[in-house]
Amino acid sequence: MSIAAEQHALRDDGLNGLQLSTRLESIWRTPSGFLGALMSVDHKVVGRRYIVTSFAFLLLGGLLAVLMRVQLARPENTFLSADKYNQIFTMHGSTMMFLFAVPVMEAFAVYLVPLMVGTRNLAFPRLNAFSYWMFLFGGCFLWISFALNVGPDVGWFAYVPLSSLQYTPTKRPDVWAQMITFTEVAALAVAVEIVVTVFKQRAPGMTLDRIPLFVWAMLVTAFLVMFAMPSIMVASTSLILDRLVNTRFYDSSSGGHSLLWQHLFWFFGHPEVYIIFIPGTGMVSAILATFARRPVVGYPVVILSLIATGFLSFGLWVHHMFVTGLPQLGAGLFTASSMLIAVPSGLQIFCWLATLWDGRPVYRTPLLFVVGFIVIFVMGGLSGVMVASVPIDTQVHDTYFVVAHFHYVLIGGAVFPLIGAVYYWFPKITGRMLSEKLGRWNFWLAFVGFNVAFFPMHILGLIGMPRRVYTYTADMDWAHLNLLSSGGAVIFALSFALLLVNAIRSLRSGALAGDNPWDASTLEWATSSPPPPQNFDRIPVVKHRDPLWLDSASLPVVAGLSVERREVLLTSLAEAEPQIREGSPEPSIWPLLTAIATTVFFIGSIFTPWAVLWGTPPMAVTLIGWFWPAGSKEDEE
Amino acid sequence: MPVRIRTALLPFATLPLAACAGRQSALDPQGLQSEQIFQTFFIFLIVAAVVWIAVVTVLCVGMLRRKHGADRPLALHQSFERTSGRIVFVLGLATLVVVLGLSIVSYAGQRIVFAKDEHALTLKIIGHQWWWEVRYEDDSPDRSFVTANEIRIPIGQPVKVELETADVIHSFWVPSLTGKMDLITGQKNELQFTAKNAGVYRGQCAEFCGLQHAHMAFAVFALSPDEFGRWRDHENQSASSPADPLGKQGEQLFRARGCALCHAIRGTLAGGQLGPDLTHIGSRTTVAAGTLPMSSATLAAWIADPQHVKPGNNMPKMPLQSDELIAIVHYLEQLK
Ligand code: HEM
Ligand SMILES: [Cu+2]
Repeated sequence: MSIAAEQHALRDDGLNGLQLSTRLESIWRTPSGFLGALMSVDHKVVGRRYIVTSFAFLLLGGLLAVLMRVQLARPENTFLSADKYNQIFTMHGSTMMFLFAVPVMEAFAVYLVPLMVGTRNLAFPRLNAFSYWMFLFGGCFLWISFALNVGPDVGWFAYVPLSSLQYTPTKRPDVWAQMITFTEVAALAVAVEIVVTVFKQRAPGMTLDRIPLFVWAMLVTAFLVMFAMPSIMVASTSLILDRLVNTRFYDSSSGGHSLLWQHLFWFFGHPEVYIIFIPGTGMVSAILATFARRPVVGYPVVILSLIATGFLSFGLWVHHMFVTGLPQLGAGLFTASSMLIAVPSGLQIFCWLATLWDGRPVYRTPLLFVVGFIVIFVMGGLSGVMVASVPIDTQVHDTYFVVAHFHYVLIGGAVFPLIGAVYYWFPKITGRMLSEKLGRWNFWLAFVGFNVAFFPMHILGLIGMPRRVYTYTADMDWAHLNLLSSGGAVIFALSFALLLVNAIRSLRSGALAGDNPWDASTLEWATSSPPPPQNFDRIPVVKHRDPLWLDSASLPVVAGLSVERREVLLTSLAEAEPQIREGSPEPSIWPLLTAIATTVFFIGSIFTPWAVLWGTPPMAVTLIGWFWPAGSKEDEE
Repeated sequence: MPVRIRTALLPFATLPLAACAGRQSALDPQGLQSEQIFQTFFIFLIVAAVVWIAVVTVLCVGMLRRKHGADRPLALHQSFERTSGRIVFVLGLATLVVVLGLSIVSYAGQRIVFAKDEHALTLKIIGHQWWWEVRYEDDSPDRSFVTANEIRIPIGQPVKVELETADVIHSFWVPSLTGKMDLITGQKNELQFTAKNAGVYRGQCAEFCGLQHAHMAFAVFALSPDEFGRWRDHENQSASSPADPLGKQGEQLFRARGCALCHAIRGTLAGGQLGPDLTHIGSRTTVAAGTLPMSSATLAAWIADPQHVKPGNNMPKMPLQSDELIAIVHYLEQLK
């Protein structure tokens, strides 16, 4: 934009109230109609889609879990064949990890982070739209393959050489490996957006020590994603090369090694668990502060713990490989480093306990889920300390003890906070409250169902039940506990059905929420519910860690942003001092078209290496369309 | 923690868990290593239980506590902030100490579990999709033999198993005797263990290895040294030729119908290497790696249609008349 045009541009300091709102709304809103919806680059629209889609995958993955539990409820059950069971547990693990847990956390970040740091959109809105489409297409691709009976069946960890061409000559592992690439492209894109948004677009005055804990958690997570995901992409791409063009990365008989896969996979796979858990802790901190009616005790301790957890999580992958015959001393050191992660996790728990201790808690549904989280997650963490010990791990590795352990960590550490977060932020996102009465039922069904489903698995593992077995005989003495566990799983599943009912009911006829129904302290509650397309009429100025508790009457604001084109305010990294005004991209169809071209390329390459040739031009064309320099409005006029 | 305390605790450990004894249970250790692992586990269990109860107690008290003072979110008490900061710091340190203590306990246990004995009885175990090849090797070839899915060992003597795989990754696991160890493509692993008591201990593949991973079990028979010696001498002999006509017919059919392409029977012309060695199959207790108990009926069911018993396994259905089937089963049964 030329200097002259800039001087003529209309700024918001000349406008007031309703006039300003309507002006901003008209330039920030998503174009109407179906095509408009496909073009949307609004982080709220994309975030909502992301959340709904990942919850849909949760339901699908949960359905598979129930099928597995039906099969295992009785010895020598013939409900599922070996082939179906193997596909189902692979699909369950892959769906939950790649299509639910990581995306849903990033989805919440996509929706909430700009609101919480007081800006109008993410740093790269079109990349964000692209990320969602890639995630959607990757997930659909996996599930359509499953429906067509070419779903992967070699486990969500896809160990070589079982997943090699020699032992699985079908297309199944290719489907799995490509799905990984899809979802990791999506995850990496979101990570980059979050880092840049948090570093450069925070409201003026939101210094590093005033960033809400949830945003901190997402920032740390984004860094974990950026360092961990490339490892799995290298792993899965090498796998697919081995399978499609005969490279020998993992072939022990010609210079490769099957353990290379495990190192690459777990170098990603361990941080992956923290990529899921750390956002959960952010949700816990947000909910806890609001409902305990006081800021979380030890804000700096919590942040340092998050960062320490992030760092440590990269040094632990070998504890997934204790029984692969690694040198004993090395394994012993990994025991110590794995257990060390209990220290930052412990510190966070102590801070939360202190917060509850000193607060005047209001026991609404979100807080119930946080309490459930503490009870369950601590147990999962402690069984994690057991699994980190080499001698104990040699017994429990790959048994139901581990299945119990990681569901305590994943469901306790991430899904409970997540459901709490749904109750907490639903009013902001939809403008309506969820029913508190159904919420209580939801919590108790989930809490009881979960423990009945998963606690017995600890014992099953100790009395010898390996995981990933589709059947067992009656004389193994596993029947009773399995039946109990299956019953619990059904109750647990019902709790999700109830959540669904609650959400649908509230969307239609829930009580209106108002801007800040919980009297919370962070900036997302400073806008209306649901927020307008521009998020804030004027960008707030932050003077305190809990701005709405301090300046509840009216936030100080900055003025001077354009009302004629999309503009965001960039601020400095540490002190968040205003630096410049920056244009923000308009809606565009190109991210969708690029995602379609990329999808064709990825899927085609499974079937023929030539797809690499004919698949690139469409990608190039769509990318050119995407980045074609658009003249600014002023220039056109 | 000193060994003495651990051993003193052991009886208490077994009380509530005694109900969990089983043929394949880590809670009912019958070997030196499994006992050591169980003790380590038990120490961890106690610590974990104490920590969990402490956290939940603080949580409950914190929730139920009557709280006084203003209801305003930002009315913080400087004194509380200071003390709570200190308490969190101290608890953090305590966590560190506990964790380091447990690491040491773990390492001590690990040293014992993985201690090596030069004079161990050595056998080689090779994993296949989905069965176990067991080789008793000896310096003199006429003292070496191969069997499948059943392992016999003497009690009181350290046994070293060398683990290899013929195809994908498997994992050798007999929880009653010791923890597991993977069988990895292109790598040789080994595991040592000592059975303390005579008995039959079930083991099972613990690493997902494809379609029939669930049906890849085996049995370890821990025998007195005398019994073991007798068994070894017997097992070392080749199969005895059948005396009766039906048996003779079975032996012939075994070769004529293609069984010998994959299976070996020592002392006969059958020398296939793809499937389990059947030299003394009549004395084994299960069919198809723990899938069915051994009997003429189950043997017949297996040979008649292996894909029905264990769908997807690598033994094809052989075209056999029913009288041929009877002869072959009769022959195999007497290979004791
Ligand atoms: C209704 C709730 C759930 C139930 C009843 C359930 C049940 C199970 C069962 C029985 C298995 C073991 C399969 C086997 O080893 O044969 C399993 C595996 C697994 N689950 Fe879940 N699960 C549930 C929710 C979740 C969630 C929310 C996540 C992640 C966020 C998750 C992640 C996994 C993973 C990664 C595996 C490993 C799959 C594999 O072995 O390849 N599950 N689940
Ligand atoms: Cu196996």
